[in-house]
Amino acid sequence: MESDGEEEVRRIVTDEEKLEAQNFNIFDLPDVPKGLPPHLELQRTRVVCEVKAPLHATGTIYSGAYISSGVDNSVNLENFSENFKVDVISLTKTDMVFDMIGIPPGVANAFRRILLAELPSMAIEKVFVVNNTSIIQDEVLAHRLGLIPIVADPRLFEYLSENDQPNERNTIVFKLHVKCPKGDPRRKVLSSELKWLPNGSELLKESAGGSTTNPKTHTSFSRSQDSFPEFADNPIMPSFQDILIAKLGPGQEIELEAHAVKGIGKTHAKWSPVATAWYRMFPEVILLKEFEGKHAEELVKVCPRKVFDIEEMGQGRKRATVARPRDCSLCRECLREGDETIEGEAKSKGKAEAKSEGKTEAKSEGKAEAKGKRDWVDQVALRRVKNHFIFTIESTGSQPPDVLFTEAVKILEDKCERVISELS
Amino acid sequence: MEHGSFKDNSHATFTLGEEDHTLANAVRFVLNQDPRVTVGAYTIPHPSLEKVNIRVQTTGDPAKEVFKDACQELMQMNRHVRSVFDKAVTEYKAEQERKEKKAAEELKRQRELFGSMDIESN
Repeated sequence: MESDGEEEVRRIVTDEEKLEAQNFNIFDLPDVPKGLPPHLELQRTRVVCEVKAPLHATGTIYSGAYISSGVDNSVNLENFSENFKVDVISLTKTDMVFDMIGIPPGVANAFRRILLAELPSMAIEKVFVVNNTSIIQDEVLAHRLGLIPIVADPRLFEYLSENDQPNERNTIVFKLHVKCPKGDPRRKVLSSELKWLPNGSELLKESAGGSTTNPKTHTSFSRSQDSFPEFADNPIMPSFQDILIAKLGPGQEIELEAHAVKGIGKTHAKWSPVATAWYRMFPEVILLKEFEGKHAEELVKVCPRKVFDIEEMGQGRKRATVARPRDCSLCRECLREGDETIEGEAKSKGKAEAKSEGKTEAKSEGKAEAKGKRDWVDQVALRRVKNHFIFTIESTGSQPPDVLFTEAVKILEDKCERVISELS
Repeated sequence: MEHGSFKDNSHATFTLGEEDHTLANAVRFVLNQDPRVTVGAYTIPHPSLEKVNIRVQTTGDPAKEVFKDACQELMQMNRHVRSVFDKAVTEYKAEQERKEKKAAEELKRQRELFGSMDIESN
């Protein structure tokens, strides 16, 4: 009765097929590209440094930024834990260089700020001057003494507030007594002359009653500091013994007592335990075309940090390769148009000729050569890898740099905890 | 301190005292990674005052919870950073010790070699 076209094809749809239809995701098909297209991936993960300015420097941290491409930009704890890596490049008692990969720039900057300003250390705060006949004024001398780094672990000490009594748990006492006898030449006062007084202050306080029994000093140490196990064998002293404090002429004398307390860099930079701490992003140098022969040699010569190298390819052909991208300081010499340096010879030659021959002719020759020499200008791509930081920490000597970094991370944790407890 | 509305608790501004860019920028990053957040930002009203205002707007969840979760996640990230860093440092130190030992042994071996050579020449 009916024509073939109108006959319905009946089939039994199995449960498996129903499940498949429900879970169908177009991104799972084998030939659909996963992730972002390469130019967007470049924008997301690299800072492109051009001659004029860097591009894509701000990170796209919004979790839904690429949702229309089906890419989830969010980084939760599991992703972070998987991708986070630390590589220590060098570690000495005072300096440390290490790589942190997979950490967001805001957190890396937080570590840097805490290292500089919020890690405690010990520094001289109060100076009791008994006698100062040198040409350095009292306050200048006190300022200089405050800046001297002291080798003492601040975790063993407590903060000293206004109402507290200075005692062996919150103060370190130093004494400086130097004299330049008459007839002697001028002498230098170095930080090695600061003597540690483990038993506390020796200067007597003026008591109101005028009683001579039990004179009080400026500190009340109940026990000597060198009875502490940490200081028994290594006395407290300045990190560097050769810091110049003052100079004394003949007949001049300095006698003073200095009290060091715990503080943080925010209050005064003398309490910053790092000489400095900084980070830079990991550089990536890509050659967009093959550099051969003369161009390769020019490229290698131009870079002041020797990032490029020549590779012999056999048959006398040379090629430039990126040997040490880590050393790139982003001077952008390889991106410049190039009007001087290598071409200087051509110009000076042109100038000399100009004096003897016609001016315009020689000049244009020199210029044409100069323009021709750097035709590889746009073929080097300088980039920085986001989320990969090369951290350098230089400690002043009170604590080793790896301890400093661990403390800084602990401090950021404490801040978060404080906020959470405030909110609850 | 939370400044929000009683009717709609998905939008709020949190004022933190004695904080600055150090914590605020780090929290802002973690906050924006949360898919429930539509607006996550911070300002510092005046640089002389140590106050930070963190604005959180979410897609329905209470802002306080989302902010707390962000702080928790930042805390856990820090713990992870610390453990990975400590491990890397101990590995590096062990590696250095091994290298030094090898170098010392090599030096000793060479010294013995030269020592024996002198005896032979005599």
